[in-house]
Amino acid sequence: MAEIRVQSLRKEFGSFVAVQDSNFVVNDGEFFVMLGPSGCGKTTTLRMIAGLELPTGGQILLGGEDVTMLRARERDIAFVFQLFALYPHMNVRKNMGFPLLAQGMPKAEIKNRVEETAKLLRIDHLLDRPVSGLAGGDRQRVALGRAIVRRPKCFLMDEPLGTLDAEFRDLMVHELRELHNRIHATTVYVTHDQLEAMSMADKIAVMNRGLIEQFGTPKEIYDHPATMFVADFIGSPPMNFLKFGGSLQKGAKEIVVQGANVAVPEVREDFAAADFALGVRPEHIRFDDASKLRGSIYGTEYLGTTQIVAVETADGMLKARVPADIQLRMGEPVGLSFNPQRLSLFDKASGRAVHTSAREGVARGAAHG
Amino acid sequence: MSAAAHSVVEPSVTSKRVAAALVVVYAVISMIPLFWIFATSFKTPPDSIAYPPKVLFTPSIEGYCNLFTTRTRQTPEYINSLPPATSFCDETTRKRNMVIAGPSNFLPRFVNSLVIAFGSTFCAVFLGTLAAYGFSRFKVPLADDLLFFILSTRMMPPIAVAIPIYLMYRELGLSDTALGMILLYTAVNVSLAVWLLKGFIDEIPREYEEAAMIDGYTRLQAFRKVVLPQATTGIAATAIFCLIFAWNEYAFASLLTSGTAQTAPPFIPTIIGEGGQDWPAVAAGTTVFLVPILVFTILLRKQLLRGITFGAVRK
Ligand SMILES: Nc1ncnc2c1ncn2[C@@H]1O[C@H](COP(=O)(O)OP(=O)(O)OP(=O)(O)O)[C@@H](O)[C@H]1O
Ligand SMILES: [Mg+2]
Repeated sequence: MAEIRVQSLRKEFGSFVAVQDSNFVVNDGEFFVMLGPSGCGKTTTLRMIAGLELPTGGQILLGGEDVTMLRARERDIAFVFQLFALYPHMNVRKNMGFPLLAQGMPKAEIKNRVEETAKLLRIDHLLDRPVSGLAGGDRQRVALGRAIVRRPKCFLMDEPLGTLDAEFRDLMVHELRELHNRIHATTVYVTHDQLEAMSMADKIAVMNRGLIEQFGTPKEIYDHPATMFVADFIGSPPMNFLKFGGSLQKGAKEIVVQGANVAVPEVREDFAAADFALGVRPEHIRFDDASKLRGSIYGTEYLGTTQIVAVETADGMLKARVPADIQLRMGEPVGLSFNPQRLSLFDKASGRAVHTSAREGVARGAAHG
Repeated sequence: MSAAAHSVVEPSVTSKRVAAALVVVYAVISMIPLFWIFATSFKTPPDSIAYPPKVLFTPSIEGYCNLFTTRTRQTPEYINSLPPATSFCDETTRKRNMVIAGPSNFLPRFVNSLVIAFGSTFCAVFLGTLAAYGFSRFKVPLADDLLFFILSTRMMPPIAVAIPIYLMYRELGLSDTALGMILLYTAVNVSLAVWLLKGFIDEIPREYEEAAMIDGYTRLQAFRKVVLPQATTGIAATAIFCLIFAWNEYAFASLLTSGTAQTAPPFIPTIIGEGGQDWPAVAAGTTVFLVPILVFTILLRKQLLRGITFGAVRK
């Protein structure tokens, strides 16, 4: 097992920049998730770490060793492909033993290792079956088995649950995380599904258009998004934005939104007059008749313990998550108040978060900061 | 692969019957010449040229005797002085006042055909597989132009370049050699092999090799252990197309080979009997000539079908 260090990694395809200046460190034994919309360069980054694609610039260090230009087979890593890439002409046992065969391991030892790994994944009853007839979840387990049987330095997985149906997916998310807790293998996991990312990751990197917008723990990313893109991408429904203008001074603790004063975490940097956005998560909105910030109920979505309420304001629609037992009528005017310590401020032009007391101790976003 | 995969409505019983009838009629029409050759090979020389043609006749293997032997005419006195005939061939030959002088050239010509056809098929498929893999997986500079160039070698009938090749082969000492014929057929077939195989290899996801290369194999090992086993269908289909061409090729063979390296196709029509063409022997030669290709085709018929419909059928 080893730590993965990626420095100023860059990849161009002709004139198109697929990955620009990526920097991150995955500590030994960490489960790291790269999250981002389709086409943002997640697979490309992963393939460069694997050695299937050579970077245009930058460095990749595996356990302190510079592997940037090494061949895939010299890196001692394992890769789980989205479509699993199980060899159709071999049965489960042969598939799982294939990486060990490359190392010239004696037959008897391969057999032991494969069986041990199969037990760990609870697929020992499938060992002599052809891979073509396997169900999605089992194919997934065989692919995992083929990856872990060799005990490589780290695992790379490219949307391994992407083709499974929802029910299987929840099960596999759970199994994967459980497996990770048992073997503590350094893992880089790529997905565009934020729920998958939030529920499995120790660390997340949110990517957009070839850039890492933020790198941090799921909690940091959710509570203190570094950019408006991250704030919008993570959370369901996503963070609400209320725009406001003027300038921001160091030490300011209040801003004016739609004529109402709103308390915010203490601002820690100066900004000249510009457009800003106040970011507020749905669950940090309360209905408060005393508040000057007004809106009217537009619709509700009942979720059992909570409900999502759409509120129409002078500045567009907001979504609030409130307890399910609050009775609301369509068109009813309401006042809105926010939990001050949970608010984020963004500079609209660059999209990046304004430094405030709430962000104290949070790693600065890599992208624009 | 069935018709149902393409049309939603199951064809009606009548249309199925009509289709079956058409297929049967077509099969019969194309099989009649083959059947006639097969029948002729078991006729006696007089039966083979009888008019009106004989459909019913007493079978004889005289044609096969004559195919594999050469005979000389002798006086009845000499023939009577010989020890009794030991085989059917001896007997029939003597009845026509002849004795078997030795083996004919058919067997060595047939062996030449086998060596040249299988040799050139192996070379064409081997080179074609490697080239197709290269075109399929790597960024080859000018790949499209190169592929077009390879295809363009098929745009005129190969015989159009017969004279330059004839002169070149004479200069190089390749005339009438098995090596020369193998090279020639390989050159003709390799373009077909590259194009067919590229289609098949394109269909194999790269992830398989990438997985193998990450798991510790070199590209060549990954190619051998992962790509090749999955390309067998395509390779078999390609091989059979190449083999059929090389096996049946007549024009170059008759132009460039005359002796030691002559193949069966130019040899068979030259079988001459007493007083002209020995039709049963020619028919016997043709029948024997058909056997290897028939066996090969039957063994690989599934792959052949896949090769013909290639591109149209996906899993
Ligand atoms: N070999 C290539 N040649 C040219 N462009 C490429 C190549 N590979 C990827 N790209 C481009 O690079 C960008 C990033 O691709 P990548 O596969 O890394 O995205 P991704 O984040 O994995 O997306 P997805 O969620 O769809 O898998 C895409 O716009 C893609 O078109
Ligand atoms: Mg991808």
